[in-house]
Amino acid sequence: MKYVEEFNDPARARRLLDEIRAAVTRPWALMEVCGGQTHSIIRHGIDQLLPEEVELIHGPGCPVCVTPLDVIDKAMDIAARPEVVFCSFGDMLRVPGTDRDLFRVKGEGGDVRVVYSPLDALELARENPDRQVVFFAIGFETTAPANAMAVHQARRLGLGNFSLLVSHVRVPPAMQAIMTAPSCRVQGFLAAGHVCSVMGTAEYPDLAEKYRVPVVVTGFEPLDILEGIRRAVHQLERGEHRVENAYPRAVREQGNPAALAMIEEVFEVTDRNWRGIGRIPASGWRLTDAFRAYDAEHRFDVSGIRTEEPAVCRAGEVLQGLIKPTECEAFGAACTPRTPLGATMVSSEGACAAYYLYRRMNAPAPQGSRIPREEMNPVG
Amino acid sequence: MCLAVPGKVVSIDHQADPLTGLIDFGGVRKQACLEYLPDVRVGEYVIVHVGFALQRLDEESARASLELFDQLGLLEEEFGDAWEQAARQENETESEVR
Amino acid sequence: MADLAAPGLAPAGTDTSDTAVDPAGWTCPAPLRDQPVVVMGHGGGGALSAELIEQVFAPAYGNPLLAALTDSAVFDLGGARIAFSTDSYVVRPLFFPGGCLGDLAVNGTVNDLAMSGARPAFLSTAFVLEEGVELSVVGRIARAVGAAARAADVTVATGDTKVVESGHGDGVYVTTAGVGLVPEGVDIRPRRARPGDAVIVSGPIGQHGVAVMSVREGLEFGVEITSDTAPLAGLVAAMLEVTKDLHVLRDPTRGGLGTALNEIARASGTGVLLRDRAVPVPEEVENACGFLGLDPLYVANEGRLVAFVPPEHAEAVLAAMRAHPQGTGAARIGECVADHPGMVVVATGLGGTRVVDLPLGEQLPRIC
Repeated sequence: MKYVEEFNDPARARRLLDEIRAAVTRPWALMEVCGGQTHSIIRHGIDQLLPEEVELIHGPGCPVCVTPLDVIDKAMDIAARPEVVFCSFGDMLRVPGTDRDLFRVKGEGGDVRVVYSPLDALELARENPDRQVVFFAIGFETTAPANAMAVHQARRLGLGNFSLLVSHVRVPPAMQAIMTAPSCRVQGFLAAGHVCSVMGTAEYPDLAEKYRVPVVVTGFEPLDILEGIRRAVHQLERGEHRVENAYPRAVREQGNPAALAMIEEVFEVTDRNWRGIGRIPASGWRLTDAFRAYDAEHRFDVSGIRTEEPAVCRAGEVLQGLIKPTECEAFGAACTPRTPLGATMVSSEGACAAYYLYRRMNAPAPQGSRIPREEMNPVG
Repeated sequence: MCLAVPGKVVSIDHQADPLTGLIDFGGVRKQACLEYLPDVRVGEYVIVHVGFALQRLDEESARASLELFDQLGLLEEEFGDAWEQAARQENETESEVR
Repeated sequence: MADLAAPGLAPAGTDTSDTAVDPAGWTCPAPLRDQPVVVMGHGGGGALSAELIEQVFAPAYGNPLLAALTDSAVFDLGGARIAFSTDSYVVRPLFFPGGCLGDLAVNGTVNDLAMSGARPAFLSTAFVLEEGVELSVVGRIARAVGAAARAADVTVATGDTKVVESGHGDGVYVTTAGVGLVPEGVDIRPRRARPGDAVIVSGPIGQHGVAVMSVREGLEFGVEITSDTAPLAGLVAAMLEVTKDLHVLRDPTRGGLGTALNEIARASGTGVLLRDRAVPVPEEVENACGFLGLDPLYVANEGRLVAFVPPEHAEAVLAAMRAHPQGTGAARIGECVADHPGMVVVATGLGGTRVVDLPLGEQLPRIC
């Protein structure tokens, strides 16, 4: 497919890798912010091809990993009600709440449906006027325009049986939180390309300046990721810290004005808890007062659900790049993909799940130690 | 987050509310909402996420990126300092945001 | 405590007072324990399905034949070497591009028998019908069963029908069982995989799963993607003519090629190394998977097999497969290795590697 195949070209990838190898003179830790980038890195084995000096830290850009526990519990409370058709992206069905997940709610009789688009949920609301259709509006800036359109249309059509359970998060405040954390190891960011397709790049210059950290807007195909790394390393080696756009085919500086206008109309900035990390100021969106009638938290009166996340695993530190998954005491013992303690063990591209797979291939690393790089390469 | 894929606009239904078009993803076709790219034309490539076209794909930028990748190795061979060359090239093509 | 309040980023009016993040106090979700009820993943063919069998059924029945966990059981009866298998078929929609429930019900059981090297001979069919289903629908499925049985050269020798109340079924469920004869000298089972074996797939993967999903997700294709549902006993017979020493055959149905290879690797204690670009995936399947966020390696097939063949026979077996109508797209995709026992690893086109793990349950469209 055009714009995919040519950005997967092995010959060009080798050229970019040679460039990175030639440029790097000392260790650098880069964070790819978006889970989609992590997925691509693992799928293509990019981390194993980089020079030893370049370390990739998997960022918090995955809604599965960061949607807070109390929101998951609210989702299950609502989904279990007999009058409700609960619609979600497939990603969220396996995320553990306090004592169950949405699969289990479905197994116990809840009407839980996987949809591809929020507009599919809107259509269900139209077709089922006697049912309450709730859409689980999770995700980052990329998904916000779609979810905003769904609720905007619902109000225009007067669909009183449609509502959103909103847990939207915003990336730049999380990047800021990471840089502010004590013992932060991140020296450069590969910013999330599709977030920037919507939002543009205006939020990043201040961040780059304040924390003296390169921010390279990066795409998702292998060559995009290598180019993002190349530019970030380039800046670091020269002691620079600028915002660069390494994904110009899909990112404009001003973002998408029509999408931004819709977000502005439907959502307002709020503080948000990030699972395993904590409360980050101004890091989320909620529905504005004008759309309060379409807020599932109010309609189903679940705002009282407050779940404390017991301190068992250390996903938060993993998400911030402070520790490797193997440094967590629960890793591989109490915590496996089958029985995840933290969301980073849930999705296959979650940092802990990825490490779990690699470790199973090799002699177990000593408890609490990092996996040496050569052990990360499964076929040597 | 953000699984978004490129596709080509095959047709646009101007009567649809919200604005909708048929997008071809390399032989697979699906309707997508075009409301956020209201002036998009048939034949253009867009990036689609959860049923919404979010941004146009700029052919010129894509070509410039690929040409840059192709030149990196050659520059190294010919001039020995690819970084300098690449940096200069970037400045010339104004691909930087700041 | 780090103060995260950031005037430069927080929009005016946002409360940023109680906002510090202390890494020492970062909290974590509680564990998700084993599901106490049946969830859809138990039928997905992945880890949950395997656990259901290992923890519930195998202990209850307790015999070495079942413990082998093969697609069909092979045993001696009255001097004959018999393969025996059963499978239930539920699919929504009942009719999909390239086939219907009836085709699956015959081909699935025929193929389970063929994966032991058996020549399938007799089938039974049991229909569970939901009250209110149109008889014409039942008729279409029955005719498909008949046509598929003739095509596979098997006889439907016995059957049964039950009706459940409206709302207690998806229209029609079909269960089939089958028996066949295993030729002398043939011993095909997952545990026989050996390092060095060539791994061969009989054709492009992912078509059935994508054909079914396309109906559910409202996809259209430039070229119609149809289910690959087909009987494979003839193809297996052609392969056995080259050599009786085929080590493993498996039809990668639900859970796809990735799951089938994981099961073989685990059963045999060997590793599997695939070459990413050698695995045949039709462009439409690749692209449909691309935007639904699915991995073609986990998408269901209903007319493909994967074979582990001793290296000295690999080229001849491959040639015989390509000469058969069900194997024209056969390809050598990797080999069985001694490294990373129990695991499936893919060498990526860029020169890296990744692990293809056993999925937990069914794949779902994702946005991340």
